[in-house]
Amino acid sequence: MLVVACIKQVPDTTQVQIDPVTNTLIRDGIPFIVNPYDSHALEESLRLKDSNGFTAVALSMGPPNAEATLRKALALGVDRSILLSDRVFGGADTLSTSNVLAAAIQRLAEQDEIGIVFCGKQTIDGDTAQVGPGIAVRLGFTQLTLVDRIEKLDLAKKTVTVRRKLEGRYEIVEARLPAMITVVRELNRPRYPTVPMRLASAKAQVEVWNNEVLKLDVNSVGLKGSPTWVSRIFSPQRTEGEILGDGMRDPVGAALLLVDRLLEEDLLAV
Amino acid sequence: MQQPLFTALLIASFTLFCFSCYRRLSLVSVGSEIDRFDQPLSRLKEMLVYAIGQRRVVRTAFGVNHGVIFWGFLVLALANAEFLVSGVFPGLSFAHLPEPLRNTLYFAFDICSLATLIAVVLAAVRRIVNPPYAEARTFEAFFILAMIALLMLAYFGMHAAEIALGQLPAGSAFPISGLLARVLVSTPLAGALPALPETFWWIHALVLLGFLNFLPFSKHLHILTAIPNVFLRNLDRPNSQQREVFADGNSYGANSADQMSWKDLLDSFSCTECGRCQKVCPAASTGKSLNPRLVVHALKENLLERRWPGSAGQPAALIGEGRGQSAAASLWSCTSCGACMEACPVFIEHLPKVVKMRRHLVQMEAEFPEELLNFFENIEQRSNPWGMAPSERVKWASQLEIPAFVAGSTEYLLFVGCSGAFDARNKQVTVALTKVLDAAGVSYGILGKEEKCCGESVRRLGNEYLFEMMALQSVEQFRSKGVTKVITQCPHCYNTLKNDFRDYGLSVEVVHHSELIKELLDRKALQVRGVQELGDVVLHDSCYLGRHNGVYEAPRATVLQLTGAPVRELERNRENAFCCGAGGGRMWLEEHEGTPINKNRVQEALAKDPDTICVACPFCMTMFEDGLKDHADATAQVKDIAEIVALGLEGAKA
Repeated sequence: MLVVACIKQVPDTTQVQIDPVTNTLIRDGIPFIVNPYDSHALEESLRLKDSNGFTAVALSMGPPNAEATLRKALALGVDRSILLSDRVFGGADTLSTSNVLAAAIQRLAEQDEIGIVFCGKQTIDGDTAQVGPGIAVRLGFTQLTLVDRIEKLDLAKKTVTVRRKLEGRYEIVEARLPAMITVVRELNRPRYPTVPMRLASAKAQVEVWNNEVLKLDVNSVGLKGSPTWVSRIFSPQRTEGEILGDGMRDPVGAALLLVDRLLEEDLLAV
Repeated sequence: MQQPLFTALLIASFTLFCFSCYRRLSLVSVGSEIDRFDQPLSRLKEMLVYAIGQRRVVRTAFGVNHGVIFWGFLVLALANAEFLVSGVFPGLSFAHLPEPLRNTLYFAFDICSLATLIAVVLAAVRRIVNPPYAEARTFEAFFILAMIALLMLAYFGMHAAEIALGQLPAGSAFPISGLLARVLVSTPLAGALPALPETFWWIHALVLLGFLNFLPFSKHLHILTAIPNVFLRNLDRPNSQQREVFADGNSYGANSADQMSWKDLLDSFSCTECGRCQKVCPAASTGKSLNPRLVVHALKENLLERRWPGSAGQPAALIGEGRGQSAAASLWSCTSCGACMEACPVFIEHLPKVVKMRRHLVQMEAEFPEELLNFFENIEQRSNPWGMAPSERVKWASQLEIPAFVAGSTEYLLFVGCSGAFDARNKQVTVALTKVLDAAGVSYGILGKEEKCCGESVRRLGNEYLFEMMALQSVEQFRSKGVTKVITQCPHCYNTLKNDFRDYGLSVEVVHHSELIKELLDRKALQVRGVQELGDVVLHDSCYLGRHNGVYEAPRATVLQLTGAPVRELERNRENAFCCGAGGGRMWLEEHEGTPINKNRVQEALAKDPDTICVACPFCMTMFEDGLKDHADATAQVKDIAEIVALGLEGAKA
C-alpha cells in the first residue's frame, strides 16, 4: 500500500522581501526550504512506512530546482521521490496545481493501492490551504483537514480515525480509506536525516514526470488552467515605533511610561 | 630447597603476568589510528614533569601522599628487583656491593619503606573517613593498600629478624629495621627468631608475586599505563576534535570500542578512579547523571568484553544503560568545559570520547534532545542559532557607521558572532567594543549579513557533517575576502577560528578582544581614565578563553588598569574555573536534570560580594544575567570586559 506526501519547496519567507516598485517578491539569493507544514506530512508518511510497511512516496510539483526538496525527502527515508515538472505546469494556481498532483497520484494508483495522501495544512508562501482539499475532491478521496493526531488505522476495515484540531475544540473522525489528510504541526516531530542517508540521497534518483507522462489537457494545467492569479503583492504600511524612556537604566520608569501611553491612546481597559 | 621452588614460582608468575597484561593491553590495538608519536622530546619532557614529577598529582593536598608512595615505589623498585634476582641467584645481591654504596641503598630502602607504609595507612584512613567520592570505598582499593602495606611489613620483618640474628649489621644503615630488631627480641616471637627471616622472605615473595598477578585485573594497572599515557598525551588543541571523512560506507562517531582511537582505549586502562574529574565536572557536581570517571570506566569494561582483539561476535554498544555503557542522556550534559581533562593527573581525554559518542547519536541515529532539531535546521538554513533572517545580522550597527571588511583598506575582520549580532544584551557589548576599537584607531571591518555562524556548538554537539558545511563556507569566505587578522568577542568563535579551522587549511591570526584591548592599553594606543563606578570586580574565566586557550592575564590586567585594584578572584579561578553551563552546545538545551550550573556559579560569584561581575564571553554573559534574576536583592551587574573599557573612554584624554 502506498502513502503519499505532497511537499512544496517554498522560499524562506522570513527572508523574502517585496519589491516596492513592481510589487513582486524579490527571490534573488533567497534560499528555499521545505514548506514547514509539509515536513510534518512527510514525517507522518515515514511513520506509516516504519509501522505498517507502507511504501512512502514524496511528490512535488515545481521547477527543476525543486529536486533539492525531494532529495531531502529521500535523505529522510522515502522510497520514491517524484518531481512533477514541465513548462506547461508553470504559473499554476491552486486549482491547476491540484489537477497535476491528483493526476500523478492517479498514476501511482495504477501501480499500487493508495492508502493515505498527506499534505501540510497550507503553504507559508500562498497560505490558501486549498491544494490538499482540491486533490481529495478530484480523486474522490475522503478529506480530513487540520489533523493533529492519527488515532487508529484499521487496514482490515480500511478505515482511519483521526483527531482534527479546530478552533477551540477537537473533533474525532472515522473515515474510509483512501483518504487525503492535511496536517498541523502538532501531529509529530519531524526526524533529522542521518549522515549515511544524506550521502546516499545525493546519489539517489529523483524521478521526473512531465506532461508526456501525465498527459493532461494543457488547458487544465499551468497558467492556462488557472482561473485565479495574483494581481498585486504589497507589505502593509507600518508606522515607525518609538523608544520610551531608558529601559536599560530605568526599566520600571520605562514600563510606567508605556502604561501611561497605552492608557492615553485608550489601548488599555482600566 | 628455597631457591628452586622460588625460581619455578617466579617463572610461572612472570609468564602469567605477561600473558594477562598482553591479553588486556593488546585490546588497545582495536582502536582507530591517531598519531601520538610526534615531537618525542616534548613528550619526554611532559612525561618527566607530569608522570615522574607528579606535577598534577601533588596539586591537591592529598596528592602529596600519592607522590610519597610513587617516589617511594621508584626507590623500592630497586630493592624488589634485587629481591627477585637474588632469590634465583643468591650471588647477585646488594650484600656484595662496596660497603658505602650498600649502606646508602639500605638506608634509602629503610626510609622509603617507612614513608610508603605511613602514606598507605594515611590513604586507607582517608578513604574511610573522607573518601574522594562516596563509592570510592571499594574492596579493590583497600586490598591494593593492604598488599602494599604487607610488602613493607614483610620487608621490615625480614630485616629486623636478620639484624636480631646478627646476619645483618645493626648500624646506621637500618634506622627503622634496627629499631624493630630491638623490639623483636623482647616479644614472644624472639623464640622463633631463627625461622623468621625465611618466613618473612616467603611472605614478601608470595605477596609480591601475587600482587603482580592481581595488578592486570585491577585499577592498579595504572602503574604500567599511566606513565606512557602521559607521554602519549594530546600536546595541542585540547578542545578541537578530529575531522571525519564523509564518504559512502563510512560510519561516524563511536558506538563501539573499535570506533574510539587506540589512545582513548589506553586512557581507559590508565584511569585509577581517583575521581578528580567528577569533582570538578559542572554536570556531575550539580546532580546530572554524567560522570566523566564513569564514561572512561564504562569504556574499559566495554573493551574487556572482548577476549582478544580479533574475537568474533558483535561487540556491545558503548551507548546504553547497561554495564560498559554510557547513557545517551548523560552524554548531552557535557559542557565541554575541559575541567575534567585539566584535573586528570594522567591526561586522560574525556571530552573527545563524549563528542565521539554524540557524533554517533546525531549522525548515525539522528537521536538528540528535541530542542536541537530547530537549532540544527536554523544553523543550516539561516546560519544562526535562532533562525533569524540573515539580514538582521547587521541591525546592531544600524545607528553606527561600521565599515565592511575590505582586504587592503581594513586591517582586521571583526567577527561579531551570532550572540554579538542577534542577542539584545550582547549587542551592547558589540557596540562597546566598536567604541573601544574606534578610540584606539584600530582599522577593522565586518562581514555584515554575509557573516555565518562559526559552527562551534554544532561541532561540540556532534553534528560534524553540519559543522563541516559551516566551516567550509566560512573558510572559503575568509580566503576569497583576503582575511588575515580576525578579532572575535566570543571565545567560542575564537577557539573555532583559531583551532578548528586550521584543519580546513585556514591559518589567520585570531585575537580575542580581551587580548587586543590589553595590547592596545600596553602600547598606549588606547587612553582610558580610571573608573570608580565599577566598585569591586570579580572575574569569571570563560572555559574557551582560559582553559582551552590559556588566556588568563589579559582581562585581569585590564581590570587592574581601569579600576586600580586587582580583580577579586573567585573560589575556582583560572584553570580551575567553573563553567557557566553554556558550553558544549548546552547554550541551546534546557537543563532538566539536577540544579542549574549557572546558579552554582552565580552563587560562587556573589559570595565575594562584588559590584561588578566581569565576563569576556557572550554565553557567560547570558548565563550570568539569567542566574542573577533569581537574586532580586543582588546589586551586582554583569559587564563584558569591553564594556568596562568603554566606560573608561568617557572623559579620557584623546
